Amino acid sequence: MTPRRLATSGIALGALAAWIALPPLELRSPMFPMLVAAGAAVAGALAIRKGATRQGRLAIAAAVFGGSLGVLATFSSTAHLEAVVGWSALLAAMLRYATPLLFAAVGGLFSERSGVVNIGLEGMMLTGAFFGILGDDKTGSWELGLAIGILAGGVMALLYAFWAIHLRVDQIIGGTAVNFIALGLTGYLFIDIYGNRGTPEVASVPDIHLSFLDRIPLVGNVFGQLNLLTWIALALVVVTAVVVFRTPLGLRLRAVGEFPRAAETVGISVFVTRYAAVVASGMLAAAGGAYLSIAFVDSFNQNMTAGRGFIALAALIFGNWRPLGAAGACLLFGFSTALAQRLAVYSQHGGIQIDVLFQALPYVLTLIAVAGVIGRSIPPAAVGIPYRRQ
Amino acid sequence: MTEAPTPAPPPLPEAGTDAAPVNFVERYGLLQRSGGVATALITASLAFLIGGLVVLATGHNPLSAYREIFNGTGLNWLFPWVNGTDRTFAAMNLQQTLLKATPLMLTGLAVAFAFRCGMFNIGGQGQYTVGTIVGVWVGSSWAGIPGPAHIVLAIVLASLAGAFFAGVAGLLKATVGAHEVISTIMLNWVAFYVGSYAFGLGGPLQNSTNVSVPISNDIATNAHLYVFWGDPILQGLHIGFFIAIGALVAYWVVLNRTTLGYEVRAVGFNAEAARYGGINVARSYVTAMAISGLFAGLAGAIDILGWQFRVGQLDVQASNIGFTGIAVALLGRNTAVGVFFSALLFGGLINGTSGRHLSADVFPPQLAGNLTLIIQGLIILFIGADVLVLYLWQRAKRLRAGKTPGAVEVGT
Repeated sequence: MTPRRLATSGIALGALAAWIALPPLELRSPMFPMLVAAGAAVAGALAIRKGATRQGRLAIAAAVFGGSLGVLATFSSTAHLEAVVGWSALLAAMLRYATPLLFAAVGGLFSERSGVVNIGLEGMMLTGAFFGILGDDKTGSWELGLAIGILAGGVMALLYAFWAIHLRVDQIIGGTAVNFIALGLTGYLFIDIYGNRGTPEVASVPDIHLSFLDRIPLVGNVFGQLNLLTWIALALVVVTAVVVFRTPLGLRLRAVGEFPRAAETVGISVFVTRYAAVVASGMLAAAGGAYLSIAFVDSFNQNMTAGRGFIALAALIFGNWRPLGAAGACLLFGFSTALAQRLAVYSQHGGIQIDVLFQALPYVLTLIAVAGVIGRSIPPAAVGIPYRRQ
Repeated sequence: MTEAPTPAPPPLPEAGTDAAPVNFVERYGLLQRSGGVATALITASLAFLIGGLVVLATGHNPLSAYREIFNGTGLNWLFPWVNGTDRTFAAMNLQQTLLKATPLMLTGLAVAFAFRCGMFNIGGQGQYTVGTIVGVWVGSSWAGIPGPAHIVLAIVLASLAGAFFAGVAGLLKATVGAHEVISTIMLNWVAFYVGSYAFGLGGPLQNSTNVSVPISNDIATNAHLYVFWGDPILQGLHIGFFIAIGALVAYWVVLNRTTLGYEVRAVGFNAEAARYGGINVARSYVTAMAISGLFAGLAGAIDILGWQFRVGQLDVQASNIGFTGIAVALLGRNTAVGVFFSALLFGGLINGTSGRHLSADVFPPQLAGNLTLIIQGLIILFIGADVLVLYLWQRAKRLRAGKTPGAVEVGT
């Protein structure tokens, strides 16, 4: 068997591991998904040894993911499984959960591709979430609210950019500071302005109803009623993939992130590129945050992003700093969140919270990816290194 | 360097060869050499000043807010003119401040030790959480063991768990070059969810008496740490404080008086030079991370044995002692004495802004808690900027020394 085909069968086995435990088959022992997943992992490992690194890596990811999913499903009662795994509802939920991650991950991609690490994504998201709903509340329109949220994220990013690019402060330290300041500032203003009453009802970003899809069975239920921002996020991924890899602008961005001195030599301004990229990343992350507060849950809470910025960072790394890879990882992580949330509602055994453990999966997968056990995530060469003009 | 990512092993992130004169290591060197106490004080004052401006801008009086926070820290106990009931209250507040400062000293050391090896351990939080999990597990099982042995066992195992958890990040860096910042961030969240699961409903470490409460069992009474100042019932100051002081001393001794410490510092200054000098850099990375995790795990253990006695799901999720350790280490310039004082500062700040001490009509405690976060963030932000001030100052001095002003500075 060719390594490629080996890897493909590994991916298929990984999917099978999850599928056999779900309706309509519903095998009830955790052994089955585990065994099938082990087979998938072996196929993936063999494929990597024979040189099909990327496909093999996908196969191992599919094994880990499909296996845990299958095992998790055996914990849930059969009757409830039918309710949990309405596939269309699950996929729609996946897209809803993935939307903020997509925005932030694409934002992070711009920043990191230009050579600036952005640990502060979480803080920038939180800024967008709070100022988005504040603007929405004060102006009464979601368009302005979204704009204000994005702007606030941009300002936060500008502060970080000045620190990281001009002052050449260590980017990890700067990003950590941004996270603290955003957490404190949004929490402070939230309490000061809204107190214990919480945020009022606001105009939320509308859903897009595509009535012509209604007659198509699965597709209609998944794509028929998505939020405007979800569509924008999906479009953004495609646009980013084209811009970063198919346009001169993207080439300049990548050049600055890989070898800034050479880029400067041919007349590209490293500073301008990096400033633009970091501010763009802050604005995108903030859009993801605003989605949470004015489109998804329609309210704000202290620290409401709850680590989504870090999941986005994880997705970016897991996707090997590529738009489509990162988007795929966002969807995967969104899917695991959606599933965990739904299983939490329907879990058996007087509420064993194994779904809580399931939420650690994105981080474990990323850890495995950076460990290079299954291929290696390779950052842009100049990432994290401040640039000094000669 | 080709433009597309190739499967070749990437250079170590700090190796920063591409004319980045102020890379991590050099910048760190500057940080070590720069001003000492003065810059730390200026940094902190500036952060408090801007925090005060935020308070002022939102229509509160910053002076009375800060005074109230200061009184909440109990540091007025040090003033001889405070007496009577005020003094009693001040003593109790000071006990609480020191109680909060104790784990901060250790999580500060967890960041500082890795820093001295040229690594940024952002995973103090996860290592602390792992320490609390193991600490509460050991402390609440095997009730038959005599107290001192139980305490030692819990502390040792919790510290080792922290060391192991951090060691994973060190090992990944040493073997495959995975950046420790990324791996420790991921490990933080793994610990977060493992803790949430372990103490959650139906979790393996959930208490056995009330199944609807997501909280652990209480640790055995004879495994409580001895309270030497204040009333044990009212959360007095326990001997964990001295354990933390001991750790500060150990930190200094290990770094400055042992071969291990010498190697760690050598790698921190310049990993390539250290390698050339015959030091096993990979081993230093693993050891330094493990020792860092040891400190953070220890912090978790003595918090459990000293005053918390149990851990809940919410404690795991709300704790940020490990993250505050970053600010403690940076403000303390990664020195033992500096970490001690900045832990006191942050311990005081956390305690002074807690709802227990702050009266809501002067300054609402919920606001104060967030103010703490802002100040923390600003301190971290300005730590970097003081390096810049130093740099500008050096350049100005060089200019004054007669160098042509127009001369382009070439990277060193």
